[in-house]
This record gives sequence, C-alpha cells and structure tokens, in this order.
Amino acid sequence: MTSQMTSANAKSRALILTTYAAFVFAFIYLPIVVLIAYSFNRDGVGGFPPRHFTMDWYRQLFADNAIWDAVLNSLIVAAASVVLALTLGLLAALALDRASFPGKALFRRLVLLPLILPGIITGLSLLMFAVFIGLPLSLLTVFLGHGTALISVATTELFAGLQKMDRAQEEASLDLGATPWQTFWRITLPNLKLSLIAAGLLIFTLSMDEIAVTFFLIGRDNTLPLEIWGRLRRGITPEINAISTLIFAVSVALIVIWYRVRTRGLGAEPQDLLERP
Amino acid sequence: MTSPAAISPAEPALGGKTLLEVRGVSKQFGENVVLKSLTLDIAAGEFLTLLGESGSGKTTLLRLVAGFEQPSSGEIWMDGVRLDNVPAHKRRVNTVFQHYALFPHLSVRDNVAYGLRVKNTPKDEIGGRVEEALQMVKMAGFAEARPGRLSGGQQQRVALARALVNRPQLLLLDEPLSALDANLRKEMQSELKALQREVGITFLFVTHDQEEAMALSDRIALLRDGSLEQIAPPREIYARPATAYTAQFIGQTNLLRGNAHAGTTTCGALVWQSSAADGAVLYSLRPEAIQLAVDASHTAPTVRFRGAIRQQIYGGASELLEIDCGAAQILRARIPARGPLSGEHEFAFAVTDAIRVSE
Amino acid sequence: MYSRAYKSIVSLPPLLWVGLFLLLPYALMFAHSFWLVRDGFLVHQWNLQNYQKLATNPLYVEVLLRTMRIAASVTFLSLLLGYPLAYYLSFHAGARKELLYQLVIVPLWVSYLVRGYAWKTILGSDGVLNGFLQFFHITHAPVGFLLYSPFAVVVMLTHIYTPFVFLPIYAALEHIPRPLVEASQDLGASQRDTFLRVILPLSMPGLLAGATFAFVLSLGDFLAPLLVGGPSGTMIANIVQSLFGAAYDWPLGAAVSVCILVITVTLLFLTERLEKRWSFK
Repeated sequence: MTSQMTSANAKSRALILTTYAAFVFAFIYLPIVVLIAYSFNRDGVGGFPPRHFTMDWYRQLFADNAIWDAVLNSLIVAAASVVLALTLGLLAALALDRASFPGKALFRRLVLLPLILPGIITGLSLLMFAVFIGLPLSLLTVFLGHGTALISVATTELFAGLQKMDRAQEEASLDLGATPWQTFWRITLPNLKLSLIAAGLLIFTLSMDEIAVTFFLIGRDNTLPLEIWGRLRRGITPEINAISTLIFAVSVALIVIWYRVRTRGLGAEPQDLLERP
Repeated sequence: MTSPAAISPAEPALGGKTLLEVRGVSKQFGENVVLKSLTLDIAAGEFLTLLGESGSGKTTLLRLVAGFEQPSSGEIWMDGVRLDNVPAHKRRVNTVFQHYALFPHLSVRDNVAYGLRVKNTPKDEIGGRVEEALQMVKMAGFAEARPGRLSGGQQQRVALARALVNRPQLLLLDEPLSALDANLRKEMQSELKALQREVGITFLFVTHDQEEAMALSDRIALLRDGSLEQIAPPREIYARPATAYTAQFIGQTNLLRGNAHAGTTTCGALVWQSSAADGAVLYSLRPEAIQLAVDASHTAPTVRFRGAIRQQIYGGASELLEIDCGAAQILRARIPARGPLSGEHEFAFAVTDAIRVSE
Repeated sequence: MYSRAYKSIVSLPPLLWVGLFLLLPYALMFAHSFWLVRDGFLVHQWNLQNYQKLATNPLYVEVLLRTMRIAASVTFLSLLLGYPLAYYLSFHAGARKELLYQLVIVPLWVSYLVRGYAWKTILGSDGVLNGFLQFFHITHAPVGFLLYSPFAVVVMLTHIYTPFVFLPIYAALEHIPRPLVEASQDLGASQRDTFLRVILPLSMPGLLAGATFAFVLSLGDFLAPLLVGGPSGTMIANIVQSLFGAAYDWPLGAAVSVCILVITVTLLFLTERLEKRWSFK
C-alpha cells in the first residue's frame, strides 16, 4: 500500500466519521430546535412547516399565574436543597477522605446510590418513609427527597476537589499555629471554592428539573416540572413550548457558567460524576 | 570496635545547650517499622542535617518533630518540656515543606503573615515583622504577588519567610532544595547557610544529597533503615567513618577486606604492619589517598602496590583511575590530572589513611 | 493528623442523615414487599405471596421482558451514537474539541421533560415529523407507530441517554496517552487495527460505565412510557407506579421495586467487576 492510497483512505474515513458525528449532533439538537421554533408558531404544535410567527404563546405564558407559582416553589425547593446537599455532602466528602470508621464502605455506596438508581425507587422509598412517620406530603417532603438524593452529587464533586488539593497546605497551616477549626475555614474551604460552586450549580439545575422522585412526594403545591406534567396530561398547547424554550435558555446559561467554573481549576472532570464510587 | 550509635549524641557541635531531645523514638505504620528506637540530641543554634536514602526514616522523624505524626514509642522533648504530646499547631516549631505548600489563594504578604494572624498578633506588629522577614529572604518587592506567579526559587524563599517570621525555636526543612535545578540549588545552599548564621535559629534539615549535607551542616546525622548510623561534624564523618555504609554513602571509597595476623594486615595485594588484633578486618580507603608511587612522600609509613590501569576517567582537575591489582581486586584512585596513562604502575598510600570500619 | 473530634464531627451528621433518610426508607420498601393488603388495609404480616404473584403472573414477566428489551435497545443505540461521537471529538476535533464538548453536554442538563415533550410533538400523527414527511410527499398518510409505542420510548430514551453515554467514553478516550496510538502505528498496525487492539480495549471501562448507566436508568423509567409509550409501551416501573396509585397495593408494588432494585444492583456489581478487570491502570 502506497502512502498515497492510505492517505486517501484515511481521508475518506475521516469524512465518514465527521458526517456521522454531525448526524449525531443533529439528532441531539433537532428536537429542541423544533420545540423552540414551534413556540413561535401561531398555528400551534404539529404540521409542517411552521408558518405564522407570533409571541402570543409567550404572552399567555407570562399571564399564567399557576406556572409562576410553580416556578417559585421550584426555586425555593432548589435553593434549600443546595444548602442541605452541600453541607452534608461536604461533611461526607471530608469523612470519606480523612476518617475511617466501621461501615465506611457501605456508607460510600449508600451515599452514591440515588445517583444510579432509577428515581422511582428512591421516590417510593421516601414516600413510604413519610407515611411511616406520619409526615404529610408537601414541598417539605419534596425538599427532603431532593436534598437527600442530591447529597451524592455534592459528595462526588467535593471529594474529587479534596483529592486534588495539596494536603501539605493544611499541614502548613497547622504548622504555623492555626487550630484545626481555623485551618478548615481559612485553607480547606477556600481551596474547595470552585468545587462548591460547581456542585451548587449542578444541584440547583437537577432539583429544578427533578420529576421522578418529586412525583411521589408532591403535596398540593406543584413544582414547575410537575405543573407542566399536569398540563401535558390534559393536552398539548404551544404555551408549553414557550415555557420549555425558556427553561432551555436558562439551562444553557447555567450550564455554561458551570462548565467555566469547573474547568477553571480544582474540581472533578465533568465525566467523573459518572464514574464509579 | 564499638557500635556507631555509641558515639555520644549529646556532643553539641557549638558547645551550646541542648534544644531538642529525641529519646528512644520508634515509629511504625502497620507492619512497617520506619524508625527503630532512635535517640539523638540537637543543640540550640546548630544546623543539623538528617541524611539518608529514601526509606531511611529521615522525613518521618521530621514529621514527628513537627507534630503531623505521633511516635509509636519513645518521647520527644524540647527545651526541657515534653513535646510529642503537644498538638502540631501549638508547637514552637515551623516547617519549610518540600513543595513549599504556599497558599495559592493568598498573596505573598498574606502567606507570610498567616502564622501571626491566626495567633492574634497585634496588627501594627504584623506589618513590620512581615517586611523584615521578606527582606531577609530578598523578596521584599513581591509582597502583593500570588504564589502561582513565582518561580520555584522565589516560592522557596517565601516559604522560608513564612516560617521564620514566627521566630520558632526550631526550623524544620524537608528537602527544600530538591525541586530546584542544580545552579539555583548551589546558590540557595549558601544563602541558607548564611541565613541560619544570621538569625541563629536551630535548623533541622533533611536531605538525601550528601554533598549538600556536607556543605551546610554543623553536624550530620546519617540514618539507615530507621536507625542512627553515625552522627558527627562533616569533616569528622568524612575522615573517620564508623561503618562501611557511612564510608560509601558519604563520598567515594575503596573497601578493603582482609585479615590481620601477628601484626601484619593483608588485604589482597596490600600488606602493611598494623596493631590490629588477629582476625578479619575491614578498611575504608578514600580514592584521593592513593597516589602514583613516584609522587608519594617518603616520610610517613606508606603501603606500596602494583596494578594495571583498567580505566582512566578524566574529570578536569583530577582523574579517576581504576586499578586492577590482580586476584579480582579493583581499586579506585583519584590523582591530579597528568595526561593519559596505561599499563602497570606502582601506587602508594599512607597507612594512616586506611580507616578501620565496622560492617 | 486529624483528631478524633474532627473525624467524629465530619462523619456523624452525614451518617445519621443518610441512615435515616436513605437506609431506613430503602429498608422500609424492602419490608413492605413482604407484607399484604387486605380489604384495602395494609397488614404487617410477613409472607412471600407478592413474590409468588410476580413469578407466576405472565403479565409481569411479559412487561419485565419488554422493559429489558427497551433498555437494551436504548443502550445499544446510545452506544452506537455516543461512541463514534466521542471518538470524533477525542481524535479528530482538534482545536474545536472544547467547544464541541460543551455543545454535547448542554442538552444533558436541559429538562428531561422538555426533551420528552419535544418528541411527543414530533412523533404524533399530527406531529412535526409526519407533517414533514407529508409536506415532501414521502408519505401520504400519517405514520401511526411513531408515537404511543415502544418505538417512541426507545427513540426518546436514546435521545436522553446518548450524551450520558458519551461522557465516560470521552473521558476514557482522552485518558489514552497519544504516544500509545503512535507506537501502534509505528509498529505497523493499520488504523482499524489500532482502534480494535489499542483504543477500544483501553476505552472499555468508560464504555461499560456509560452503558450501565443508560441501561439501569432506562429500566426504571416510568415517565417516558407515560409521555410517548401508550398502552403498548408500558414498562415495569409503570406497573409499580399504578400499584402505588390507583391499583392500591403497596406491598406488591414494593415487591416489584425490589425486583428492579435487585436487577440494578446485580448489574452494577457485575459491571464493576468487569471494569476493574479491564481497567489497565
């Protein structure tokens, strides 16, 4: 085989691969593009091509109080979940990194279980627990569900951040006379700043979008995904396209920020979140 | 021959009082015994180096003194007070870490001031002391810089300043120069030595580089597999090594094995009169002690032998000769450079240059 | 270096919380599967009836098998799409790698519901796809099976999980030192051989991780069937859901959940073993 032939072969192979990759990209993005396009379509969803541009659906959306109540509920639950998950996740990460205790291996698996188990199992388990202790279903139970399940995300991220941290810095701090408590606030926490922000953003996003666990823990007040879900059961309206487009826009913004924070330094690689405990 | 550890450790080189006492300290990690009942003393104001291969326990000992580990048995005393049961952050000991461990989120100034701040030193005092410390290490212009922007040598100085500003009784240095390139290393060595003389603080320095140890120390403590092999000032440890290990670790040497009988010592092709008792003997003979017989002095008692030059390695001012004395006995001699040599020659060394060592 | 007090303070709160809000609930579910419902009331009587029902009733077995088929299809298709994409980004994208990577992960975090809904609007009889096909005269009548079928569930879940599968494969590919690839070529291996003998084996752990993730989560998905599955696309998790809803029988629902849990954990355990064996660290 002459090098000319192999080069031509390699080139055609590269072309096929590139085309295939483009196709996969298209598969991933087209549905979303369609969704956005039809949110501006006067004749609603369906049919092809979309013909008449309108902002009516957005107008209708902004006047829809039920939706905005749900948005507020989701924000409250998400914010609270971030605080809970980060606090317990940080402690868990420190414990996994530094302490040894009986049942540590089990603890590690247990903390990470909600990440890999289908949401329905975690959701139902917590439902049974709520019934068992006589806790009525409400945003509180939703918050408990989100917060508990998302500890896994915080733990993974913060553990990776701890591993990347230079241990000698904490020793240096003690060496210079700082107490362990001072060392934690002045040295450990600042070093984890990026990890904390990245984890927080991710937990917030996941909580805002959470359906499976929420489905079984919801009371009278709806979160946004559940509100949308309820409407979907009644039928498709382009108003849902509109809110979906808005959700998409916000998600994109959040995730771009998250990525920038992540790759700026300390913290796990985005792929690590899917790595085994 | 008495065991090397019997050399009194309480001979402070500068004749001052003892600052740190390590009493029978052992340390093990699981099954692994890293330090074996180590005893040594450090005098106030001295520059003591812990020298050894990796695994010899020198870094572990340093960390025990710093407080990052606890001894498995034994005690450590400083200034007449028990030290090993005091937590790390309460000890009047500061450490310069191997990779500096500067806080990346703080400026140079804040790094240096850290120890003062956490101990609630009055604000007006902090400024002056930080300035003083930075001047001492010649980093006064870098106060606002972030450690990430500094070179290795600069970071090292900041790490020094950060430790010294606290005026510790004892400064621990964990191979601080090993991350620097050769030229910078030599420069920092002389600066460190001068600095220590200037501030008068006791330095406990860890390294695996024996040249560095000899250049810097008032005394060298050679550690081997967790035990103290020999502790003495550099000149003494070089000229009178107690064991074969010491003789080979510090500088180069020829080990001569042989037998003494009725006043005559025989080591292969080398024979001389000595007062050694009958039995097996082991001597250390430095390469620079061997000369070409034509150059040797005729006054002191010398040992002469013949040998064929196997290899000649030119080194600028001197040459290293590999001499085949027959019967598989190879000796190395270092002579002043004198052009290519070959074939058989006669060599000589002074009897007093052969130092009796134990295994 | 860390005192007893320090270690206690960091371990106890998460241990207690996780014990109370994870371990206990999972244990409760497990316990429920051994109880009964009689006359509409929960009876704490230990028995194996629920499991017997599951084993003997053909409906459950059929749905479980269908679910596993769907999950397997989703996994296979996601790998088919995700692996080449990861390979392209890692080995051919050059300077645009960073940007393209961000483009791939963005949809990951866009609401599951949004993406599911998008497919619902596309695949329906009056949907965008049918409209498109008819507009270009490719078909003359709406194609029925697109929506409310296992097909739709597979399409939707593949869309969801392709980026998930992409991530660990990409990570694994990026970890392969380029000198290894060069060495392979230097020794005379063709591009195909280099891929089969060097790149693919070294990317196995990532591939396994992604595949496991996609399979396990597809297995337990109940939302996709509700959105686009229709009656023929019901999956095992929907059965659980109805047992906890209209068909009030919590113990039976718990038993099915436990089955899903056991399958999941077994799979995780197996693939973890495999991953360890195939990870050449």
